[in-house]
Amino acid sequence: MTLLSGFQSLQWAHGVMILVGCGLLYLGIRKKMEPLLLVPIGFGAILVNIPGAGLMEKDGILRFFYDFGVLTEIFPCLIFIGIGAMTDFGPLLANPSTFLLGAAGQFGIFLTLALALALGFPQLDAVSIGIIGACDGPTAIYVTSKYAPHLLGAVSVAAYSYMSLVPVIQPPIMKLLTTDKERNTIMPSMVGSVSKTTKLLFPLVITVIGGLIAPKGLPLLGTIMLGNLMRESGVVSRLTNASQNEIANVVTLFLGLSIGATMAGEAFLKPQTLIILCLGLLAICLDTVCGVCFGKLMRVMSGGKVNPLIGAAGISAFPMSARVVQKEGQKYNKKSYLLMHAMGANAGGQVGSVIAAAVMLSVLAGMGIIK
Amino acid sequence: MTSLEFGVTLTVLGMGSTLFILFLISLVIDLLNKVIKPQEDKKGK
Repeated sequence: MTLLSGFQSLQWAHGVMILVGCGLLYLGIRKKMEPLLLVPIGFGAILVNIPGAGLMEKDGILRFFYDFGVLTEIFPCLIFIGIGAMTDFGPLLANPSTFLLGAAGQFGIFLTLALALALGFPQLDAVSIGIIGACDGPTAIYVTSKYAPHLLGAVSVAAYSYMSLVPVIQPPIMKLLTTDKERNTIMPSMVGSVSKTTKLLFPLVITVIGGLIAPKGLPLLGTIMLGNLMRESGVVSRLTNASQNEIANVVTLFLGLSIGATMAGEAFLKPQTLIILCLGLLAICLDTVCGVCFGKLMRVMSGGKVNPLIGAAGISAFPMSARVVQKEGQKYNKKSYLLMHAMGANAGGQVGSVIAAAVMLSVLAGMGIIK
Repeated sequence: MTSLEFGVTLTVLGMGSTLFILFLISLVIDLLNKVIKPQEDKKGK
């Protein structure tokens, strides 16, 4: 091996992927798009495409992170404990009907899955592509690493990139699907608070009901709800703080590097990667369409009290999507304050994405496609 | 099972079950909100 062997082994695919890695770093650092994930992913993509280093070969450092945290699904579950510990489900609990918007906001997962199958993707690949529509990085990583690990790089990059593009993707769809009258609807301010006991019982209710109906998703449901129980109990603040900060930060770093490490040129630069990125975008558009349409249905059923724009917040991009709804609502009517309603729908979307993944895995197990 | 059957089954069951589970949870939370009022928390303390 000479000092020039790296250059001699460099192929065009490596060069392209190093540029892709630089592009992700640019988006993360300069454009502030999901920097916590895109920076380590971008750097991981650069590392794995330097020939001769063997970082993803047996005993390579990136292989170790990947095998330890992604293949075992430990990283997504640890992230979920942090998410549960960070999320206040109060607005959702104060208005439980917004759970339904969180369900409608997941329909894009299943519609995209069907479309991926129609395009000829194998069954489990289609499942992993559809899950981009969960708008939830850890869920997408959990499902993909388990059932289509060769797509992990494309699915993760699509999930995190589109999540950060929610403020660009959603508003035109919201406008297209609603009338002026609907957009101008002023929703009554949310009155009343939720009891501490209800907040404490909520994670237990979700874990038991969700776990009994869709046990395959219990690792996801259980971890997010454990985090939330710790938060609401108020008696384990050290654990809550560690989950929100130290654990989530360390895991995010290694998770990002591990995802970047799956972006080796020869595996990533395929036409199917481009198709996956397009389908991922479509999944999030369909989520928004279904959420807003369900919002319109709720408007009809409530006698015109619901502003259907809040349906767009039924996805899992929390709290970004709720902020988008608030901003759009204000654009059409300065007296309209949709934030708390949208936060409820958005928290419902977080629960909904996990439930949707759990349901999907349980149905697949029921069909005998996975163990 | 063909891709079409697989897709239709997973789409219908997936969307239906997700909606059903969240509807069920919303009913339980609604019930909890009615049974346990915030004031009762304070009394308990």
